[in-house]
Amino acid sequence: MTIRATHELHQRRFSRNLGLGLVLVAFIAIMFGLTVVKVTRGGSMQGYDHVVRPELLPADGAPAAPAGGN
Amino acid sequence: MTDIRINPTFSAQAEAGFGDYVALLKPRVMSLVVFTALAGLLVAPVSLHPFEAAVAVLFIALGGGASGALNMWWDSDIDAVMKRTQGRPVPAGRVAPGEALAIGLALSGISCVMLALATNVLAGALLAFTIFFYAVVYTIWLKRSTPQNIVIGGAAGAFPPMIGWAAATGSVGLEAVLMFMLIFVWTPPHFWSLALFMNADYEKAGVPMLTVTHGKRVTRNHILAYTLALVPFSLGLGLTAIGGPIYMAAAVVLNLAFVVGAWAIWRRDEAAAEADRHRIEKKVFGFSLLYLFLHFGALLAEAGLKPWGLGGW
Repeated sequence: MTIRATHELHQRRFSRNLGLGLVLVAFIAIMFGLTVVKVTRGGSMQGYDHVVRPELLPADGAPAAPAGGN
Repeated sequence: MTDIRINPTFSAQAEAGFGDYVALLKPRVMSLVVFTALAGLLVAPVSLHPFEAAVAVLFIALGGGASGALNMWWDSDIDAVMKRTQGRPVPAGRVAPGEALAIGLALSGISCVMLALATNVLAGALLAFTIFFYAVVYTIWLKRSTPQNIVIGGAAGAFPPMIGWAAATGSVGLEAVLMFMLIFVWTPPHFWSLALFMNADYEKAGVPMLTVTHGKRVTRNHILAYTLALVPFSLGLGLTAIGGPIYMAAAVVLNLAFVVGAWAIWRRDEAAAEADRHRIEKKVFGFSLLYLFLHFGALLAEAGLKPWGLGGW
């Protein structure tokens, strides 16, 4: 078998590698996009530094506000 | 030490391209999943952020694709026998069965977890159940054991609009159940009208299709019965909050035409069907696709017109 640089086999492997690469890039973009959307629509998310913020505490009798996310 | 390894059993023919992995996910089935899931999501009274909605539909479609890969893994033996499926990546030898299984399982996990993260746990759980239902209940259990396979297996195809609805609202309402029932009851007449002129393949593979086990007369009776049973679900959906005059008008016309088609199939015998090469059966099969497409199209039209005060009752 003569070895050629662009054997049909190499083309198929290249298509697989390229496809998988694009899928991974797309997945990263989706995760990034979802993070941006969740954070920008997440409501009260001031608990990151573990400091109590009285304005975030629920009023008497009112249900506790969600921490954010979904 | 060298990097060069020679595998004497290696065959260039067996090397898969990226397209073979895409084919493993049944892209044509995925397009129907995308459409119905998108419809379920858009007609829901709660609207998602457009990016979240797009991601939800993408992962519902990927979940559908994963179940397709699992189906191809399990069914590779009968796919190799049937003319329609011989060219699929597994029976054609381009993707190994174990590879199809691994891809199916991995994509199932990714799609369910990502849908749950992007929207809510109920939507993710419903998608997981749908994949389980299609891969285990339909493909592994029922497909080869009962001629009612397509009736119960049709439930898997009926879940996407319900998942779309759940992704948007976080719950399952009457509208979602009726959208489910619309596809669920539509599947048997749709598929059996195809089986009336395509059953040679199933016979060869030993799949107990109704046309093979009970004959075409019984299949014709079943097509009419299921088409009549479909009418109340179709019209009932029009009376809910997501229906409206556009949907109702479309549903009345489409059901009338479908029942007339099913009646025409029921009336004739096999000799008459073979004389004109199953002209009516082929026509009804083609129409059944339009039937479903226009039902969901009408629901989308109602939802799309609501901001202008036109859609809905």
